Amino acid sequence: MTDVTTPHTKSFRMPSMSVLGPIIALIVLLVIGALMNSNFLSAANITNVLARSAFIGIIAVGMTFVITAGGLDLSVGSMAAFIAGLMILVMNAALPSLGVGVPIILLGMFTAIVAGLLAGLLNGFLITALGIEAFIVTLGSMGIYRSLVTWLADGGTLSLDFGLRSFYRPVYFDGILGVSWPIIVFALVVVIGEIIMSRTVYGRHCAATGSNEHVAHYSNVNVNRTRLISYAALGILVGIATIMYVPRLGSASASTGVLWELEAIAAVIIGGTVLKGGFGRVWGTVIGVLILSLIGNILNLTDFVSPYLNGAIQGIIIILAVILQRERKTAL
Amino acid sequence: MSATPVLALRDVSKSFGSIEVLHGVTLALEPGTVHALIGENGAGKSTTMKIMAGYQLPSKGDVQLDGAPVRFNSLHEGEMAGIVMIHQEFNLAEQLTVEQNIFLGRELKRGPLLDKAEMRRRTRDYLDRVACNVSPDALVSSLSNSDKQMVEIAKALSRDARVLIMDEPTAVLTKRETDVLFKQVAALRAAGTAVLFTSHKLDEVAEISDHVTIMRDGAVVHSGPSSDISEDEMATAMVGRDVSDLYPAKPGVERGAPEVLSVENLSVPGFASNVSFSLRQGEILGLGGLIGSGRTEVMEGLAGLRPATSDRVTLFGQPLQFKQPSDAQQAGLCYLTEDRKLRGLLLERGMRENLTLQNLHKFGGFLIDRGAEETALTHAISEFDIRAGSRDVRVGNMSGGNQQKLLLAKIMLSEPRILIVDEPTRGIDIGTKQQIYAFLRKLADQGHAIIVITSEMPELIGLADRVMVMRLGEVSGTLNAGEITEDAIVRLSMGLRAEQMPMTA
Repeated sequence: MTDVTTPHTKSFRMPSMSVLGPIIALIVLLVIGALMNSNFLSAANITNVLARSAFIGIIAVGMTFVITAGGLDLSVGSMAAFIAGLMILVMNAALPSLGVGVPIILLGMFTAIVAGLLAGLLNGFLITALGIEAFIVTLGSMGIYRSLVTWLADGGTLSLDFGLRSFYRPVYFDGILGVSWPIIVFALVVVIGEIIMSRTVYGRHCAATGSNEHVAHYSNVNVNRTRLISYAALGILVGIATIMYVPRLGSASASTGVLWELEAIAAVIIGGTVLKGGFGRVWGTVIGVLILSLIGNILNLTDFVSPYLNGAIQGIIIILAVILQRERKTAL
Repeated sequence: MSATPVLALRDVSKSFGSIEVLHGVTLALEPGTVHALIGENGAGKSTTMKIMAGYQLPSKGDVQLDGAPVRFNSLHEGEMAGIVMIHQEFNLAEQLTVEQNIFLGRELKRGPLLDKAEMRRRTRDYLDRVACNVSPDALVSSLSNSDKQMVEIAKALSRDARVLIMDEPTAVLTKRETDVLFKQVAALRAAGTAVLFTSHKLDEVAEISDHVTIMRDGAVVHSGPSSDISEDEMATAMVGRDVSDLYPAKPGVERGAPEVLSVENLSVPGFASNVSFSLRQGEILGLGGLIGSGRTEVMEGLAGLRPATSDRVTLFGQPLQFKQPSDAQQAGLCYLTEDRKLRGLLLERGMRENLTLQNLHKFGGFLIDRGAEETALTHAISEFDIRAGSRDVRVGNMSGGNQQKLLLAKIMLSEPRILIVDEPTRGIDIGTKQQIYAFLRKLADQGHAIIVITSEMPELIGLADRVMVMRLGEVSGTLNAGEITEDAIVRLSMGLRAEQMPMTA
């Protein structure tokens, strides 16, 4: 009642800790790394860190949308392993008829993307159309894909044909102007993801759905479709990540992609996206991914702290990130 | 009435923030009597009961137990004093059994272990007393609403309550179950318990209560023996209030105004059946009836927000059926929810994002044009007189009145030709109410057709050109311009026989 109308006040506001926190953490890590090892800032090391981050990073961008829309997907790690296995089987099987060449690589890529799309749609369908909780559905599909890849590999390892492997290798190891393909693809996915999240109707609908699905429904937002699309998009991104991953090792086994889902979710949360949905930012997720891989990289390069403590330090960072998020809520 | 009241309120007022919702309420419950508390929605009945039971403290005045002032700092202290309240929303742990619920917090023990056999035996005994046929081992979540009500009452019996307070206990009960409940209430009365209950069913009040207190706008307007007042007089006392220039003048719907909406036999499973009505250009149709009469659900069904069936819905002469709300929006029909906090607005977000959420397609194709959004917000702020501290305030921090204005601005971006507003003035101050009434009338004058769903009797009378009343999921009557009186509306919504009034359904 004592409100005063101030039609146009665009006052400058200090960015909150939830915005600055991840950035500061990243800078601190860079400084620590540079001080401890002179090789840390070398082009080779940076490229290595970025390329290794790309798989989790591509998946984490998709995960950002799923979580922002109020969902969760635990199955992405197993899904990646399954898609990798499937891709290798398909390519090996097509080798006699297609031979080593671009067509067979395209066939493999097509397989990965279609498999990812279908797997994502299946998760999304069970969650939206049947109304089962995302945690349950994806916990189930996580087990299913993990078991399927183990079965496909008969408990061992599925290997890409040797000739094919050397032909496919450049997709991971080569690039343009010294920037390797995984980094380029990761960057593209991030830019597109950030634009969709912050600038498009779909991004706004994701945030509204995760923020309060009743409000979204009453605002004529198609809540189920919004969620379904987020799972399908995540599936496609898992497929893309797998396309980048397979040429690196040329094989898939029961241990491929283990714990990727947790790393991806952790990166999303560290980046400032709210776990219960309603607010997400893709650039934050990128910082989250970089923080997680830098910790591992620094521990490997220095002998100050045992690399075996990698998980513990990542865990501390995740918990700190959530505490920062809570501060944002009470401060505003 | 010579007995000392077991529990009484003396001149009790209650404020939330700067708003006083109870004004000097005095109420006395005597042992061995049944006391009915009646009034319109929002008259202050629930707050009064909560203060008596120790859920809330009065801002002014005293709660007296056996004639001496007491101060219950918690519900538990109230219960220790023998005061048990049964809520409208049940207070049962859904995942526990009936027996576990009845003894929750006061479990019987045998040494260090629970004495399950004894608790089960006593539970069965309590359930028998309320003629409730459920097993003590049944999960509460598996029970029907009426069984849950009976379990609540059994729980109260197990507390040996001196005072039993019930908020609309019969709302979820069938006639037969109500009879069982009343038999139990009579037994409690005979045993010396003081019973206070609220109900919207005036025949029940007349049937079971010894004493009736009527509240209106947070104050007691009548209190006396039930035998001294007729059901009609109760209804009149509940609603009678002066409405002068709060409402804009009604020009009346033009004779030749075309029919823009006609609905035949619209049914919403579980909530409403066979609702038919029509709406003319420039008309404001009021939709009254008690909360739970199906009025909200019918309109949500019409707007495609929940599953519904109908024989025929004609909008601007075209037969249509809305599968989802965006279809209705496209056809020019919008529904504005009654629940602005949980269904209307994203409280964590700012005004801009809330304003445009329903119409993002109007703000750019693929990328959202933020500049256009800001312009729309500037326009909305001035047109709807939204007073917020700054443009980027979180909507959750705005006052109810300003939230409601923002919600109106949001729905008007859809440019609806038929607008359904549900409880447009719930919980907002009188000045904002007046602005909203004026706005709705202006829309109607411009040729829009409007349906206003409201629980506030004066709003129906002051605003609507025609009033339709629902009861138990059906249209119980329609009142034309000359027939709209408080009396007539109350009768229709309470299910009393309509006197000297045509029943056009």
